[in-house]
Amino acid sequence: MKFTLAWLKSHLDTTASLDEIAAKLTAIGLEVEGIEDRAAIFAPFIVAEVKKAEQHPNADKLRVCEVFTGTETIQVVCGAPNARTGMKGIFAPAGSTVPGTQLLLKATTIRGVASNGMLCSEREMGLTDEHTGIIDLPLDTPLGMPMAKVFGLDDPVIEIKLTPNRGDCLGVRGIARDLAAAGLGTLKPYAVPNVKSSFKSPINVSLDFPAGVENACPVFAGRYIRGVKNGPSPAWLQQRLKAIGLRPISALVDVTNFFTYDLGRPLHVFDAAKVKGNITARLAKSGEKLLALDGKEYVLDDGITVIADEAGPEGLGGVMGGEHTGCSFDTTEVFLESAWFDPVRTATTGRKLGIHSDARHRFERIVDPAFVVSGAEVGTQMILDLCGGEASEIVLAGKAPDWKKTVTLRPTRLLGLVGFDLPVAEQTRILESLGFTVSKRGDVLSVDVPSWRPDIDGEADLVEEIARQHGFDAIPAEPLPPLRAVPAPAVSAGQRRVRMARRALAARGLTEAVTYSFIRSTEAEVFGGGQEELRLVNPISADMDTMRPSILPGLIAAAKRNMDRGQMDVALFEIGPQYASVAMDGQSIVATGLRRGASGARHWRDRSRNVDGYDAKADALAALSAAGVDTAPLMVMDGAPGWYHPGRSGTLRLGPKTILATFGELHPRVLQKLDIKGPVVAFEVWLERIPASRGKAGVRTRPALKLSELQAVERDFAFIVDAEVQAENLLKAVRGSDKALIARASVFDIFSGAGIPEGKKSLAISVRLEPQQQTLTDAEIEVVAKKIVAAAEKACGATLRA
Amino acid sequence: MTEIARLAAETESAVATAQTLDALEEVRLAVLGKKGWLSAALKELGALSPDDRKARAQQLNEVKDRLGAALDARKTVLADAAIDARLKAETLDMTLPLSESAEQAGRIHPVSQVIDEITEIFAAMGFNIAEGPDIEDDFHNFTALNIPPEHPARQMQDTFYLPKRGADGEQIVLRTHTSPVQVRTMRGGPPPYRIIVPGRTYRSDYDMTHTPMFHQVEGLVIDRAIHMGHLKGVLTEFCKAFFETDKVKMRFRPSYFPFTEPSAEVDINCSRDGGVLRVGEGNDWLEILGSGMVNPKVLEYCGLDPNEWQGFAFGMGIDRIAMLKYGIPDLRSFFDADLRWLKHYGFVPLDVPTLGQGVAR
Repeated sequence: MKFTLAWLKSHLDTTASLDEIAAKLTAIGLEVEGIEDRAAIFAPFIVAEVKKAEQHPNADKLRVCEVFTGTETIQVVCGAPNARTGMKGIFAPAGSTVPGTQLLLKATTIRGVASNGMLCSEREMGLTDEHTGIIDLPLDTPLGMPMAKVFGLDDPVIEIKLTPNRGDCLGVRGIARDLAAAGLGTLKPYAVPNVKSSFKSPINVSLDFPAGVENACPVFAGRYIRGVKNGPSPAWLQQRLKAIGLRPISALVDVTNFFTYDLGRPLHVFDAAKVKGNITARLAKSGEKLLALDGKEYVLDDGITVIADEAGPEGLGGVMGGEHTGCSFDTTEVFLESAWFDPVRTATTGRKLGIHSDARHRFERIVDPAFVVSGAEVGTQMILDLCGGEASEIVLAGKAPDWKKTVTLRPTRLLGLVGFDLPVAEQTRILESLGFTVSKRGDVLSVDVPSWRPDIDGEADLVEEIARQHGFDAIPAEPLPPLRAVPAPAVSAGQRRVRMARRALAARGLTEAVTYSFIRSTEAEVFGGGQEELRLVNPISADMDTMRPSILPGLIAAAKRNMDRGQMDVALFEIGPQYASVAMDGQSIVATGLRRGASGARHWRDRSRNVDGYDAKADALAALSAAGVDTAPLMVMDGAPGWYHPGRSGTLRLGPKTILATFGELHPRVLQKLDIKGPVVAFEVWLERIPASRGKAGVRTRPALKLSELQAVERDFAFIVDAEVQAENLLKAVRGSDKALIARASVFDIFSGAGIPEGKKSLAISVRLEPQQQTLTDAEIEVVAKKIVAAAEKACGATLRA
Repeated sequence: MTEIARLAAETESAVATAQTLDALEEVRLAVLGKKGWLSAALKELGALSPDDRKARAQQLNEVKDRLGAALDARKTVLADAAIDARLKAETLDMTLPLSESAEQAGRIHPVSQVIDEITEIFAAMGFNIAEGPDIEDDFHNFTALNIPPEHPARQMQDTFYLPKRGADGEQIVLRTHTSPVQVRTMRGGPPPYRIIVPGRTYRSDYDMTHTPMFHQVEGLVIDRAIHMGHLKGVLTEFCKAFFETDKVKMRFRPSYFPFTEPSAEVDINCSRDGGVLRVGEGNDWLEILGSGMVNPKVLEYCGLDPNEWQGFAFGMGIDRIAMLKYGIPDLRSFFDADLRWLKHYGFVPLDVPTLGQGVAR
């Protein structure tokens, strides 16, 4: 919403400065977005007289002018054909910046003649596109007068950002009322004229809506004005409209635009000579067309309110008039419309047709329903003042929708809700100056809401009115009452797992990414997603049209982007949501990571190698371990989803059914489809599947620690097994052969090839024996070794390597 | 000169000229070894008369001490020389660069770090972290928050919709703010509540300051006597702690949100001198969040009696305050996963924000 200071002062009697007004506007919730003080922009440019204009000695098309500003005489070289002795124009001195061209003027010499400024055209001043000559002012214009004053541009323009509930401030008068209530002056009285009517309107109006949608346009006032003389509107009106960015059209149209901004009351004028028969407000018939005032033809449907005559729609109710019945300089008969349109329907129509008009902007934010007839009166009066003519009686159809509301206010609620108090008298004063009617009923106030404040519904709204008019600065900053001296933990066990896993993965050299929750549907399909219910109805683009079934495709795309930038080794992870369905339990938090390329940069000391599935396994185990899982008893099984390499992937399970993580190389066909060069390994850890720790809440004590004083013994065994035997099975058998003595068993070498039979491999296992009772003798060690070999043979067909 | 004196003098000269520890050891054995001349002489003491024995023993022990000291001294010299010789051979080019350790290489995303910082500060004020689903229905995202069916925020150009309907015919949307978690919290159990809700949110928008996905943190406090002064107090403490400056000034401006009444937008002071944004300095204002007292209609939608319970709510852009605090220019880069960007703006994994250490890096 834009307005000028002088316009505001036509409604507000105030001595406040522009800065004070701006600060107060923001403080009461009418946030100032910008102030354009054109007087300041145009300050260097003043009226000057050309005392002498003579031919330039060295250039045919230039003149040397002696310019007198009232205080000094300056020599200027000028190329304008209309520069002549005795004229008055606008002088721009050296050192000023010309607004239209943004060029800094310097004292200079043009073809050997000194020039210390310039005489400007309208284009150079940024006023119009006129550039055939310099500005030629009336000779009685006072010398030295600031240019802004000459052109009526010395009135600062204020732009405020309004919240959608404040339709009343889409008129300057509403803003003035708010400022007056905040103590910044007095709202000037406004008398709605009672225009004399001298005949019956030849055009009648009616409302024709089916039952249930009468609210589309419940009231319509019209008036016929004959004998008008249309033409350009007077300078004061044109200046106001131009200042706020509207183009003056003609007096009749400018009057309607004026009241749209002055009182927030949109009006419309029809050229009555072009209206066929009577006027009806009705719903459009599907397929009806209207050529609107913006020059575009719109196809209408039966949800749209139109103003129609016997020929068909002539205007879109509350949105825009029609071209056919629009007023021109030839118009002599006018039919003035002041009506009220339903906000929701107006908004829907505007959106459907893509029309953003000042009228729509106001009707969808609710125009004062009690000012419909008054709107016709003020509009008529100004038309008569500017264009002459005589007015008919007002024709009125329907009645204003019921707007009357009474809200009870307990004055104690101000303190209760916002934390500061004001005397009841002051609360009452603020409400009354905003137009509320307040009466005391015992301890409470009964408050009648004015017709222009449909946003006020309850007590909290009234408290807000009082608080904002007094100023939010008065709200004290108070600490929350502490619940206890040292607060309890803020995060849940599940949230803690996420936080720990995140830090652990980053500590393994992975970099955390945050990628979009939506991806391209073709990529989602590769990862088991792309179901209809997870496809956005209105995606922002095709590559973000489906909720991701896995974080991996997003990370793969990210890896590709990095590779395109020459970063070939990528290690990324993300902990975030993925979606299996739209149901609440369809969303899960998964720690997902990807490594691509070499394990590290080529280095003289740390030899890098290609990443492999074991890197991914280590990442998954690290995330689980950080999340509080004892990883030792986890089962390592196959059964990773189809996007992993079937022979080089695995799952980590808590029991045979609960998969906590999957890891491994990605399937070569997946890499092909997603157009990324391998090697790429990945892991996915389902953090929410981790069971709550079984220990009692708050019990942090660890099991007692038994430390043996006795010498531990390490023994190595090299087993020959079939190539497909899994190490885990062999280790399990070895560990199980004497649970009391065997503290650890691990693989320290794998070998196949020379010396090992075809189809076999050698697994070398180191076993640590930790006696608890007494130091082991050689014989006892021998007994254990035999048990180990026997168990290995039984479980895996292993034989000791010769 | 006695025989012993002669041998001792010979030995002293041999010690002084021994060039290696092995040569020195040979000298020692010749004197003090099992077959050394001094050992032999000492063995012969027993055969002497007591008087002779005493004088002889004294003489021999003097020689033994003197030669032992000389041997030790020479041994130290030779050992030192051996180490010096070894050191000459043992040099490495210690300027050779090492590879980065994993915990130096990894990074935490600024959004995660800032969420941890926010959590730390609000935890100190007794808040818990609440969460909710990204895929919401229009009841929780709009209706229960007093956003009417025709509200422009519900339009397709602002809100992402999914095709399926909920059980009661509700439309399914991607949540446009974290506020539906307010509703879930209030409908999920009795007051009082003191929660913050960090999370992903979605709106159909894409430019330098808008991405179709972004992060918000919601705050909700409901109790019997919570008023806007507490809101101001909480946010003031938050800003001081988060931006680590006591100078930060806040401005509460009246505003409008359907779910709060009264509503306020909150600005903090900043300076833009030299094109650098500094929070807590200067006289410019920067909007950082929207807030207000929870609208009684919202309380009613959530089954709470507005005459008994009241409180405040606020919503703040996490990415936005991360940009402000750490001087990150473009929101879109947050979600691009450019390793160079993450390395520069990310945080090392062991840098866990705590109030005790300060939450700013």
